[in-house]
Amino acid sequence: MKEKILSIIEKNSRLGVSDIAVLLGEEEEAVKRAIEEMERDHVICGYHTIVNWGALDNNTKVSALIEVKVTPQRGIGFDKIAERIYNYPEVDDVYLMSGGFDLCVMIEGESLQDVALFVSDKLSTLDYVISTATHFMLKKYKDHGTILNPVKDRERIPIQP
Amino acid sequence: MRDPLGQKIKEIKPSGIRKFFDLVTEMNDPEVISLGVGEPDFDTPWHIREEGIYSLEKGRTFYTSNSGLQELREAICRYTERNFGLSYDPNKETLITVGGSEAIDIALRAMVDPGDEVLIPQPSYVSYEPCAILADAVPVIIELKEENDFSLTGRELEEAITDKTKILVLPFPNNPTGSILKEKELREIAEIVEKYDLYVISDEIYAALTYSEEGHISIASMPGMKERTVVINGFSKAFAMTGWRLGYAQGPEVIIDQMRKIHQYAIMCAPTTSQYAAVEAMNNGEKDVETMREAYDQRRRFLLDSFEKMGLRCFEPLGAFYVFPCVKDLGLTSDKFAEELLKEQKLAVVPGTAFGDSGEGFIRVSYAYSLEELEEAMRRMTKFVEARLKNG
Repeated sequence: MKEKILSIIEKNSRLGVSDIAVLLGEEEEAVKRAIEEMERDHVICGYHTIVNWGALDNNTKVSALIEVKVTPQRGIGFDKIAERIYNYPEVDDVYLMSGGFDLCVMIEGESLQDVALFVSDKLSTLDYVISTATHFMLKKYKDHGTILNPVKDRERIPIQP
Repeated sequence: MRDPLGQKIKEIKPSGIRKFFDLVTEMNDPEVISLGVGEPDFDTPWHIREEGIYSLEKGRTFYTSNSGLQELREAICRYTERNFGLSYDPNKETLITVGGSEAIDIALRAMVDPGDEVLIPQPSYVSYEPCAILADAVPVIIELKEENDFSLTGRELEEAITDKTKILVLPFPNNPTGSILKEKELREIAEIVEKYDLYVISDEIYAALTYSEEGHISIASMPGMKERTVVINGFSKAFAMTGWRLGYAQGPEVIIDQMRKIHQYAIMCAPTTSQYAAVEAMNNGEKDVETMREAYDQRRRFLLDSFEKMGLRCFEPLGAFYVFPCVKDLGLTSDKFAEELLKEQKLAVVPGTAFGDSGEGFIRVSYAYSLEELEEAMRRMTKFVEARLKNG
């Protein structure tokens, strides 16, 4: 049941416990318990809204993906370095990657300068960081499985046998 | 001038759904929400569409063999074996058709002589009766009952049989009721079919969409039934491929041989692009079907819960993507209910009578819509029903 609950609220976290219970044909109490358990175990880590900031008027927010190469520390590997980076509030996501670089850092800033400053002042100056490569996002098409500006041009015949 | 038309076609009634369709389109109101469709709301999964596009890029724009692509027939036989335990020969016992609809038509034409009686349980899909008439057979309607969850009982079947009866059409999982046949009922039906030496045309287009533990059971898997049954299935409902127009029939070689003959003269072969896409659907599409089935199942529960809350009686459908609530308590006919609901709440559903007289007192509500759309639709339906229950 847990997986089914997750696949429902991953798409729509606004549904209440009773709605989810109806959809799954389960008892409300059982659904409530399962959600509480998953919250406690950090399976469910939070409830977010998918925002298309670009659709707001006067929006100047910029997002960037930063490739970071680091020297792992003896004994604790990458975790300590990742922690120093993810603790910055402006950092949205941090992933440890295989391949050409080590940490993938996603950041959102109010302006280009904002992001540039973060990279040059904070990120690059960290002891274990060898190099960074910053890629600015130009346009977001799809986020968390949701197409942000869906093209709907299909005509469905309203009444069919 | 002479009448250009033949008598037979003039006697066939236009589809009951047509009138209502005209009503909805005449309104031409963007506010109208329709729960009146009989096709999935999902797009065909991208990997299947992509395979169709690729086949065009490769220039595969020729006819296929009359029976359809060998590769597809083999994939279909593996699919029906895997899912329904039906083992058919891809060369002799399998024919690719233009949708399940063509298969219904040519199966009937291949199997009846003038005057043969064809048993058609109703409410059911609209094409069995006219196709039987066009094949010069005599359609005999069996009226299914709500108290039996709209399934076909052995008794109902036996009562309808005469010495002219040759074929039983078995439309389960059912459009419009959502009813399915369980193993016990199938056994009973199979025994009677054998006893009276009948043949079965089993329309199993919704086979992949059932919502019970047992899943779909085909009559052809019952003892002695394989040699008496033509099983019809297709890609439209399970794989959300309605516009590709692709179905298939599996059955005894002697029948498939003759069906192929009609298909060859009338159609030549099913669309080639669709066939290549369908190979991908058969080989790698079952995960998608399961995802869609799960979504339908959630919506089904949501609708049943909504109808229960508003006080409309509705038996639990375990197949297809329709619920079939009863509106008799409101003192309205199906037609009147659908018409007033459309005018007052701008919500379109299909009157049960579009699927046969025994659909009177019921409406077909499709849940091939997103949950958000269904939520809004049920708000409107609740307003409509509550106002009437209070007055009544």
